[in-house]
Amino acid sequence: MKIIVILKQVPDSETKIKVKGDGSGIETDGIKYVISPYDEYAVEEALKLKEKAGGDSTVTVVSAGPDRTVESIRTALAMGADAAVHVNDPALEGADSLGVARALAKAIQDNGFDIIFAGKQGIDQDNSQVPSAVAELLDIPQVNIIAKFEITEDKSKATVSRRIEGGEETIETSLPALFGCEKGLNEPRYASLPGIMKAKKKPVKTVDLAGLGLDAGEVGAAGSHVKILKWIPLPERQAGKILQGMETAEASKELVRLLREEAKVI
Amino acid sequence: MKGFEAPDFMAMDGLLTPEERAAGATVRSWVEERFLPVIEEHNRAGTFPMELVPEVAKLGVFGANMSGYGCAGMSNVAYGLIMQELERGDSGLRSFASVQGALCMYPILTFGTDAQREKWLPAMVRGEKIGCFGLTEPDFGSDPGGMRSRARRSGKGYVLNGTKMWITNGSVADVAVVWARTEEGPVRGFLVERGTPGYSARDIKGKFSMRASVTSELVLDNVEIPEENLLPGTEGLRSALMCLNQARYSIAWGAIGAAMACYDTALRYAGSRIVFDKPVAGYQLVQQKLVWMITEISKAQLLVLQLGRLKDDGRARPDQVSMGKMNNVHIALEIARMARDILGANGIIDEYPVARHLCNLETVKTYEGTHDIHTLVIGEAITGLGAYR
Ligand SMILES: Cc1cc2nc3c(=O)[nH]c(=O)nc-3n(C[C@H](O)[C@H](O)[C@H](O)COP(=O)(O)OP(=O)(O)OC[C@H]3O[C@@H](n4cnc5c(N)ncnc54)[C@H](O)[C@@H]3O)c2cc1C
Repeated sequence: MKIIVILKQVPDSETKIKVKGDGSGIETDGIKYVISPYDEYAVEEALKLKEKAGGDSTVTVVSAGPDRTVESIRTALAMGADAAVHVNDPALEGADSLGVARALAKAIQDNGFDIIFAGKQGIDQDNSQVPSAVAELLDIPQVNIIAKFEITEDKSKATVSRRIEGGEETIETSLPALFGCEKGLNEPRYASLPGIMKAKKKPVKTVDLAGLGLDAGEVGAAGSHVKILKWIPLPERQAGKILQGMETAEASKELVRLLREEAKVI
Repeated sequence: MKGFEAPDFMAMDGLLTPEERAAGATVRSWVEERFLPVIEEHNRAGTFPMELVPEVAKLGVFGANMSGYGCAGMSNVAYGLIMQELERGDSGLRSFASVQGALCMYPILTFGTDAQREKWLPAMVRGEKIGCFGLTEPDFGSDPGGMRSRARRSGKGYVLNGTKMWITNGSVADVAVVWARTEEGPVRGFLVERGTPGYSARDIKGKFSMRASVTSELVLDNVEIPEENLLPGTEGLRSALMCLNQARYSIAWGAIGAAMACYDTALRYAGSRIVFDKPVAGYQLVQQKLVWMITEISKAQLLVLQLGRLKDDGRARPDQVSMGKMNNVHIALEIARMARDILGANGIIDEYPVARHLCNLETVKTYEGTHDIHTLVIGEAITGLGAYR
């Protein structure tokens, strides 16, 4: 089985994001980048499937991003993926979700695929568009936000579950298909130290848009349908108010008054 | 709240290879997610989390800077970063890994036969077999040459007699690397397996330090071992010191991890603790302490990085390793004390990791050659005059 994982490198969720003075983007200095956490579930599910499917199954990571992305790709290889395709083209800087999806879809098509796993969304911009767009472009079914995954013995169908309000939805789909992974699907393994050493020798193919036969003017930032006009930092949090030196009854009365008259939330 | 990030004031990260960074990162996540949630409980109970050993093994920590037999084959710098992350968790965790790797797997690899390597190393990498290292005796610590343990030839093997004291992992070990003086004179290393008649281990109780680590007394009472349990490559105390040199290297890095945990805790605490209407971090006296801490951590990092590069090059001298151990444990202990001070009363309870690290570091200062013994090693190296006696 040719198992594909779409992976995105994002700023660590604990990074304190600073917006540039001119609102054109975020300060990237000193940011620590990691695999988008939902993509880790995708990597784990792909590895589990590979172990189950056996034979000559392979897991290939496909990722679009600048040079620094290689470090996250290597982490996925250290977890156990076999190979990677890195789409690296400056024209993709500022491309919209559709542009990125076109680049990824073409890279996946060129590589060949039987099944694709992605995170349900990237935790940087939270658009959650790329997985669906890739599936659309490849003309295969997709189920996003899956919390359970099973595959039939003959690998022709998969049964997956999604958590929905008050219950669970079970969906069966033919393969190939694309699945967006949700927290709880599995417990991603740690990259092991021998794995890190082996990852050094695993093939990472780097391609640019031209190499994929795509037009940078169309797929890249220049052809983007969505443009980010401005980045605005969140307003500083105001200091809170502490009610002190009052009896409980008196304090609660004052609290209700403040919530009603000042905060206007009740 | 923002999670722990290893302080990197001097941007040392840029001096590391991607594998070295990745090695530190993967162990850091494991410690954060799997070890830190249980350590205080184990520390209170005075137990080592044996249940986590398979996970540590799966990460590939044991003997990670050795090659072959399933070892990860990483650089010494990567190994150092791994030790730093383990000790950020607890000195007991790093000790476990040091003893298993540097003090047990290393001598088997270096002084052992092929059969001994085949028998022990793969199982030790997988954490299925645990090792310990018995050099110190009740009356001989800094001066192991005075040891009373004896190995007497008998038929097709040896008979061992003696007592070893303060042995990390003693009672949980499947195999002990025991050092004993032979009739011919030189001290040699022997493998003693758990269950061998006459060999027993008893845990040392009442520790204020290294509570989450097993420390035992080993008793060897006419223990008969076959010839093939001699580590044939060992020739004198020199061989034991070669092992210690490996372990001291891991301590030089590990101590930084403990220091980082204390610094990080103190920095956060100082930023949020309001005294006289402002955060204590806003007072010059407190800033001076925090600045001293991060400065010493930064210097310590650069010291061990260079030490690691020398070691990777096969050029690290024992006295250079001594400087790493001596300095880094010293500053870590001072940092732990300062952090304890900054936390005020909160510094003495186990809601914060500081007092635990502080107590642990008292052991780290003593074992693997005390601070003062390393001072004498460096003193001899620069003056040419030994001052031990
Ligand atoms: C928790 C723990 C775990 C340990 N694990 C192990 C283990 O796994 N295996 C093992 O073999 N050992 C182990 N040890 C033992 C440790 O290595 C010894 O404690 C250490 O070598 C010091 O020996 P000592 O305690 O006998 O101190 P001593 O040698 O009695 O020293 C006492 C004091 O005298 C000073 N001193 C000694 N000689 C001189 C000198 N010539 N000049 C000036 N000052 C001097 C020392 O610096 C120290 O301050 C462990 C110890 C502890 C506490």
